[in-house]
Amino acid sequence: MSVTEVIMGNHAASEGVRLARTQVIAAYPITPQTQIVEKLSEMCARGELPARFIKVESEHSAMACCLAASQAGARAFTATSSQGLALMHELLFWTAYGRLPVVMANVNRAMAPGWNIWNDQTDSLAQRDTGWIQIYCETNQEVLDTVLMAFRLAETVDLPVMLVYDAFILSHTYEPVEIPDQKEADRFLPSRKAKFKIDTSAPRAFNPLVGAEHYMEFRHIMEQAHEEAKRAYKDIARDFSKKFHRSYDVMELVHADDSEIIIVTSGSITSTARVAIRELREKGEKAGLLKMRMLRPFPTEMLREAVGNSGAGKRITKLAVLDRDISHGAGGIWAQEIKAALAGVPNAPQVFPFHIGLGGRDVTTESIIEAYDYAKQHERPERAVWIGLKK
Amino acid sequence: MNTDPLVCGQGTEPQQYEQRELMTSGHLACPGCGAAMAMRLALKAMGPDTVVVIPASCWAIIPGPFPYSNLKTPLMHTAFETTGAAISGVRAALDLQGKESTQVMGWAGDGGTFDIGLQSLSAAAERNENVLYVCYDNEAYMNTGIQRSGATPQYAWTTTTPTDHPKDEAKKNIDRIMAAHCIPYVATTTSGHPHDLMAKFAKARDIRGFRFIHVLCSCTAGWKIDSALSVEVMRLAVDCGLFPLYEVEDGIHYTINVQPKGASLKDYLMRQGRFRHMSDEHVASLQRQIEREWTWLEKQTRDS
Repeated sequence: MSVTEVIMGNHAASEGVRLARTQVIAAYPITPQTQIVEKLSEMCARGELPARFIKVESEHSAMACCLAASQAGARAFTATSSQGLALMHELLFWTAYGRLPVVMANVNRAMAPGWNIWNDQTDSLAQRDTGWIQIYCETNQEVLDTVLMAFRLAETVDLPVMLVYDAFILSHTYEPVEIPDQKEADRFLPSRKAKFKIDTSAPRAFNPLVGAEHYMEFRHIMEQAHEEAKRAYKDIARDFSKKFHRSYDVMELVHADDSEIIIVTSGSITSTARVAIRELREKGEKAGLLKMRMLRPFPTEMLREAVGNSGAGKRITKLAVLDRDISHGAGGIWAQEIKAALAGVPNAPQVFPFHIGLGGRDVTTESIIEAYDYAKQHERPERAVWIGLKK
Repeated sequence: MNTDPLVCGQGTEPQQYEQRELMTSGHLACPGCGAAMAMRLALKAMGPDTVVVIPASCWAIIPGPFPYSNLKTPLMHTAFETTGAAISGVRAALDLQGKESTQVMGWAGDGGTFDIGLQSLSAAAERNENVLYVCYDNEAYMNTGIQRSGATPQYAWTTTTPTDHPKDEAKKNIDRIMAAHCIPYVATTTSGHPHDLMAKFAKARDIRGFRFIHVLCSCTAGWKIDSALSVEVMRLAVDCGLFPLYEVEDGIHYTINVQPKGASLKDYLMRQGRFRHMSDEHVASLQRQIEREWTWLEKQTRDS
């Protein structure tokens, strides 16, 4: 039987890792992630999780340990944030290009300088080109559930998965979370069976020199794996929903039937936006909400289907994309992704980019409504609008 | 103390080693490469139940490109600075599968050990991971074309320490650094001392915990020597006292395996193009460093 407990987001991640029967954990402390691995240390010490926990000297080594353990056939997990994720950058490629199904939790924290431990998605979005699958979570329940889904997806398509959630707003906030029992988790997530692994009875060389005559094929095969991940995710989400009665699509469109202006969010801002949308609807606005859960592989086809106005006319006129991130010199990263996905779609809505809540600045329903109002009052976007910027 | 470098006091006879070749021909090492010799000999001592982990280095190239490998053991290539961490991860996964007897051997160059990999090496040693870490030391970044590393001797020429301004700094003493971790086993050897090398690998194989072997390996291109002189030059490095062969157990028990035969330092240096520009003052300075090191080493041996 599952139990419901009121736990913080970080502990929801730890519970997921325990239920996944993770075998090797390697991690290094960084705020606001640290409680994930503190909890896992307790679980290992008490024997609740019979894993090997390697207390490494850096995030770089954390990922090196995890990918090597994964190469030797183990189910491996690590967690980090911000500077730690940036330090891992080289090994994010190594893990993904090595086709190793490591799962990592990244708690979104702003990049320094100036030092800032608060919420901001630039850290994980800046790793979008490393080949990892990235899934963004809105609630603590979603964090726990996504750990289980992430391992199953990773091991289905041989790609690492980063599950991402917001510093403090989720990581340190207590919410009721239904924790499945081990049997239920086992039925959803069987133990890992690596197709190839380090084994002295069947010696192989892993990650050797690859010249121009083969390199492109490696990249092409991996790109197909990302396409496969889109299909595999649907099956996994369906099975998860069947077993646990909670569903997580790669995106969620609220008020799909009659929305004209849609606010696009990811992470915990989504919950605030749900309230903002309700207020707007009460005033008669045809406001909708699109929650983006998956950044990679980017769900281009689903996005076009959801908001591309392929059917009757051009009902959805505008998307107000809230970016709690910035790619300096180019703008919001989600907005760029969404614009790219909608390019060439004949009836595509206008994309209005907004920067909001950088470095943990509070995002309120009022600030979301401000973005909505801007989009409503302007015929077309000119440049990114900064919500809540001091005058 | 045994003074014969061919037996080194370990009591392990050559016929006890793996007779098959675990490193095959057809590899990409240069003729006379000390690093290639080291691997062949090391694997004979380690045996086939060994996993080899190699970071960026000449040895990332030597096994051959995809889909080839010249090792008959599993081989995992890893990023430059990660050897200490990667062998820890492999060890953990194998242990969880009940394969505790499988040996995990990290195999990094001097750049990967003295410089970029020192952090993860130190951490793995501090955790006393049950692995063998090997530094094959050819005293510069040879794979990228002979740039100075922390292992490059003072006064040496490299492409980043040209003869107009050769290397100012002395070679980092990695063995003392590793001994200071109080790990079960630290040893030095060279590819020019095959029995010493194999005996030390065999000894390391049978010790649990973190083991570190430092193998001096000639590089014909980087040292500017004729490939036929490769072994002779490595033996001279020991015989002139510049590269002492010794072991440190648990960080405190020192054993000197080979007493220098009194070969001339100048002879060792002048046989190599990388040192040929050195002045007599530089040679004398290096000679003083050798004497200081031996005074220190002998004191450790007496005290242990």
